This record gives sequence, structure tokens and C-alpha cells, in this order.
Amino acid sequence: MSVIVYTENWDGKFKKLSFELVSYAKDVAKKLNTSLIALSIGNVAEDELKKLSNYGAVKVISVNENKLKDLDNQAYTSVIAEVAAKENANAIIFAHNNTGKAIAPRLSVRLKAGLVTAVVSSPITTEPFMVTKKVFTSKAFANITIKTPIKILSLMQNAFGLIEAAEAFVLEQYSPALGDEMKTEVIDVKKVSGKILLTDADIVVSGGRGMKGPENWGSIEELAQLLGAGTACSRPVSDEHWRTHEEHVGQTGKVIAPTLYIACGISGAIQHLGGISSSKCIVAINKDPEAPIFEAADYGIVGDVMKVLPEMISAVKELKGI
Amino acid sequence: MKILVCINNVPDTTTKVKFIDKKVFDTAGVQWIINPWDELALTRAIEIKEAQAASVEKITVINVGLADSESTIRKALAIGADDGVRINYDAKDSYAVAFQLAEYIKKENYEIIMCGTESSDYNGAVVGGMLSEILGIPSVSSVSFLDIVEGKVIVKREIDGGQETIEAHTPFVAIVQKGIANEPKIPSMRGIMTSRSKQLQVLEAFPTEVFTEFVEYELPKPKAGCKKIDAENVKELIHLLHTEAKVI
Repeated sequence: MSVIVYTENWDGKFKKLSFELVSYAKDVAKKLNTSLIALSIGNVAEDELKKLSNYGAVKVISVNENKLKDLDNQAYTSVIAEVAAKENANAIIFAHNNTGKAIAPRLSVRLKAGLVTAVVSSPITTEPFMVTKKVFTSKAFANITIKTPIKILSLMQNAFGLIEAAEAFVLEQYSPALGDEMKTEVIDVKKVSGKILLTDADIVVSGGRGMKGPENWGSIEELAQLLGAGTACSRPVSDEHWRTHEEHVGQTGKVIAPTLYIACGISGAIQHLGGISSSKCIVAINKDPEAPIFEAADYGIVGDVMKVLPEMISAVKELKGI
Repeated sequence: MKILVCINNVPDTTTKVKFIDKKVFDTAGVQWIINPWDELALTRAIEIKEAQAASVEKITVINVGLADSESTIRKALAIGADDGVRINYDAKDSYAVAFQLAEYIKKENYEIIMCGTESSDYNGAVVGGMLSEILGIPSVSSVSFLDIVEGKVIVKREIDGGQETIEAHTPFVAIVQKGIANEPKIPSMRGIMTSRSKQLQVLEAFPTEVFTEFVEYELPKPKAGCKKIDAENVKELIHLLHTEAKVI
């Protein structure tokens, strides 16, 4: 028996959420009295792969095949199913993000393994196997049991945290039997590198209609850069094309759970809160003291965001000694 | 081509969520809508049909649910779907829902099957993927663009830091997200009138197994409250974030 955790890299470096996933999977493995194996697909150097053992993986399986450079849902499902069979897995852990959503449901059917997504807890009990998941866009939680012998979970970002548990680094390079599953054909890729991924960012600085116009985004970007943060926006902002829709967080946009979310001039419509309410700490700056964002916030300033933002920037600079 | 759009009947996104004895979602006073992502999928399907009538033979909407979801299906017909199907099944488990859809699709031949990326009630984000695996056909997830160009289906998928353009081989499942259409289409008066005469077929549920079981609901713990800092004292905020919250 084993627990397998599927880790993700971006340009050869593991995302922070991958280490959180390994930490979480280690906890699941302990509860199931079994060992943890981390699986990486892609071109990742050995010293980077080694990092996975710092969080409790007793073996790291690396699959590096040119055929798998694009995420093909079926091909990735086949590879993970093959590794799961080889390692006699009784639980498989994913992140609840675009990749997890693409693969986990297919794998669930392939392995006849019950899947719970958007998980926010460790297994509460293992017999029956029960976890808590987010429902109604973070307005509630539900406890769900999985009835099948193999369990698949996808974890919400920042629901568990990082726990170091160093194990000896054991690496296995693995070549799966790839058939002609590549059924979708990527004809063009547009991708920026180096940018902080919004869904993997620890800190997010976000702007709403209170920012008045796209020309005022300089201060948001400056604050974000100082904090090593990603930038985001509310729905009206992306609808008005002040910012691209990739930055839209909220119920129909991206759902994020950073450690710190700074909402600048965002009133906090219920749909927006659905996208951010799992953040560890929320800061709101808004001139309207009645704005619903303050009900979700941990810290708030009632004031003009145009005046407050530059002062935040200088205070952060002072803190960091810049 | 024939397009099938899978739609879920969900509480309006502004609903205040309440439960009866932690076990049952309290539907008193709840407004029901088409799941927002499914509505965008339907809107895009109709846009393509309007732009190139020769490419799209028919748009069908399908729902797995009980009779109370019929007003939502009628709304989809009013927006512009050609016909509707309801599989009479009280959905509790994502696999069971995907299985119902798959059993129907096996008997029909739709080239493009569209699903919203998730539903706003149970936030599973799994039915589209499971459905395609049961059918053994490709799926493309995180789809933010779909069009038919010279008989080929071109989709764009959002990836980390960018976008891929993909030629999809039909039949396939497009799991769509924001960007697929701008604004959901509002039914016109004529649409509402004609929707009444459109076909809404009701099928009995197919026997299925379930993989998971619901136990109970919990509401989030109330927040401790917002600590207000004076607008004249922004430095204090940064200080608190550093020393108290320890997040910067």
C-alpha cells in the first residue's frame, strides 16, 4: 500500500503548493499506516526533486517524457494510473487547481476510486474515510465519506500548510508505457515566465472599481513587487478591460487562498468574497465604512485608496529597509 | 455539428446558505438559476450557432435532476437551446451524475459536449472530466474560447501564466470557464414564448453505483471581526501585519 501525491512544477521549479501537498499527503499516509511516494511529471532537476523528500516523501518518482510536455488529460491520467497500480496506491492526492481538475476526475473513473475535491481537512476518520470539503463557494463545508478502496482527494491551497519531515532522498526515474493517447493537439502556446502565478502567490494585492481606472494600477503593482505578491482584480475591473480576465478573482473567476489578501477599493460583493474567503488574512481599504468587504476582513482602513496605497508603499519600504 | 450543454440547477449566487439539522440544505426562499459557468457555455454555443448556422445543427441542454429543475431547463430553452432533456435522478454523487449523462450521450451523437468547470453549489469540478472518461473520449479543461473554424473545433485552454490553442478531435468534452462568453444571454420575449413549445424529454434514471456519501454540513466559524486602523496611521497597519498577523 502507498499514498501517491502528484506534484506540479512551473518551469522546472516546484510550486509552493506542491510542498503543501506533500505535507498533507504525509499526514494522510500516517493515518493510513502507509508510506508516501511523490510523483513528478516534467523536466525537473535532481536537486529540485530532492526537496520533495524534505516534506516526507520516502520515494520520488520522476517521469520526464517529451510526449508529456503538454497537459493531455488522458495521457496524464494513464501515467498516474500506471504508477498507482505499480505502487499499489490506496490514496492519491492532487491540488484543487486547473491540473487537479483536469486529471483527478478521469483517474477516479479509471480506478473506480471515489474522489472528493476542494478538500480542506485531513481525514477526520479513516474507517469510514471522511474528509471535509468546501461547498456553496466557501459559504459552507460538507463532510463526505469515500466508499471505494482507493481514495482520491484534491486539496484547497493553504488549507493545510507546510510541515517539514525529512526523509532520505530516493529517486526513481520512470518511463511509462505511453500509447497513442495524445488525442488533443496543441497548435500554439503563449506563456510568460518569471511572473508570480496568482494561484500560487503567498500574497495578493488586488484592485477594484475604487481604483478609478487602469492608469492608477502603478501603485498596486509597486506594492505587489515590494511584497513579492501577485496582482488580482475584481470582476467589474476585468469586465471593463482595465485588467485581463486572468486576474479576476471571485466566484466565476479564480478562487485563491493566499496567506495575505489586500483588497484595494473593492466593495466585496458576495461573489468576490467566494473567491477570497479562504485567505488566511484579509486587509481591506475602502472609503465606504459599510462596504461588505469589511465583514470578511481581518484588518481594515476606511479611507481613500489613492492616498492610503502610497503610504502603505512607503511603510513597507521602511519595514524592509529600502 | 450537434452540441450538448450540460446544465445544473443551482441556488442563486447571492443565496444565504442555511441547513436543517446540518443534513439538508434549506431551500425556503431560494431562487434557482442555471449554474453560472453552464450558462456561459450555453451562451457560447448559441453565439456559434447564430454566427454560422451551417456548422451547428442543434443545441441540446441536459440536466440531471428532479422535476423542480424544469423551470431552469425552460430558461435555457428560452435563451436559445433547441431542445432539452432531464434525467430524473436526485443527484448526490458526482460519479452518479456523470454516469447518467454518459448513458444518455452513448445513445446519441453529439460532437461537442460542453460542461461548466464547476457548479456553484457543491463545487466539485468533476462531472465533465468523469463524463469524458466514462465515454472514453478526450476532454479539454479550463477552456476559455471555443469556435468552429472550417469544420475544425479550435479551443483555448488557460494554463499557468498563459494560454494554449488546441485543435480538438470530436467528439470531445469542453470543460469551460470564464472568458468563454462575455455576458450570459438574456432570454428575449420571443425566446420565452417559443421555449414553451420546445421539446423537453424526461428520462428515467439509469441504475448506477455511487463512490461517495454525504454526511453533514457545517457553517464556517464567524470571523473575529475586522480591526480598523485609522487612515491617518497607515504605518500601524503594516506594523500589525508584520508583528501581529506575521504575514509580511
